[in-house]
Amino acid sequence: MSGTALWAAVLAGSLGCYLLKLTGLSVPAAWVEQPWVARIVDFVPAALLAALVAVQAATSGRGLVLDGRLVGLAVAALALAWRAPFIVVLLLAGAAGALVHVVTG
Amino acid sequence: MSPKRLSNLAGVSSPERTATLRDAVGLGLAVGLYGVAFGAAADAAGLNIWQAMSLSALMFTGASQFALVGVLGAGGSALAAVGSALLLGTRNTVYGVRLVPLLQPRGVLRRIGTAHWVIDETTAMALAAPNRALGKLAFLVTGASIYLTWNAMTAVGALGAAGLGGTAQAALDAVVPAAFLALLWPRLRKTFPEAATQRRVAVGGAVVALALTPFVPAGVQVVAAVVAVALAGRPRAGQRPTASEEMA
Repeated sequence: MSGTALWAAVLAGSLGCYLLKLTGLSVPAAWVEQPWVARIVDFVPAALLAALVAVQAATSGRGLVLDGRLVGLAVAALALAWRAPFIVVLLLAGAAGALVHVVTG
Repeated sequence: MSPKRLSNLAGVSSPERTATLRDAVGLGLAVGLYGVAFGAAADAAGLNIWQAMSLSALMFTGASQFALVGVLGAGGSALAAVGSALLLGTRNTVYGVRLVPLLQPRGVLRRIGTAHWVIDETTAMALAAPNRALGKLAFLVTGASIYLTWNAMTAVGALGAAGLGGTAQAALDAVVPAAFLALLWPRLRKTFPEAATQRRVAVGGAVVALALTPFVPAGVQVVAAVVAVALAGRPRAGQRPTASEEMA
């Protein structure tokens, strides 16, 4: 992607996210406190974040790929289940990914 | 804003104010670590350091920033990247509504300034404060503390990642999905509201995204994963219309 397109995404996304924040402070509460808004706010993050986990860990382009990233993800899940601090989770995942890279050449 | 001015603003007893300040600064430092991960993820996605830093300074809402660079990193279009960032950004609209009675930002300028810091952490800290004065203080100090560390640590992460070689790059590739998992994890815990539905939606989102990957332009599968909300996130019985009606 060109630098211009990246900048467009950065600036348009930033403006949009800011306007979403400003809207909350500026419109009557009743406009926002609708059941369907509550639903989006409650559940869309889980769907999007899980999709990003899956895409970042197991795909490359249009293919499904199994490599060190998936091993790192499994290690991260174990660390999170043991309530490890965020930085420990990331370091363990990175170490696992690097190890697989070294072992598999 | 000086600490003295902040304490005058709070106008409350010292121990409570000290506790609020300590919690707010502590939270800022903890969130700063996520800033390193974000800077590294942005670099891995092909953004330069100025783009990474602009996102932290201007967008300033972590999950949306991660989503934007995540979609771009997967080869997605700018439109899909912005779409996923906005979908995650809708949370902050609801936070703003909850914060108005507490912060009562008077005048257009104050409203415009306040809006920039309406995020998960500032909202949680402000609403958890024992009274309105401390709530305002918590919002300001948490906002300032997180804004400073988040931006500084973004630069550290982006610079650090830019200098990595092959094996370290493989490590970073494994860190990015782990960072998304860490963002998702609290929603999957048993104590989170409607945890069972959250889990169904999460599994649904991952399955939809993987299933669509071979067939759609990169990044679209991430935005399309929101259909999992309609498929798996059944509304509470009798309170809400059906999912398909709502999403239509």
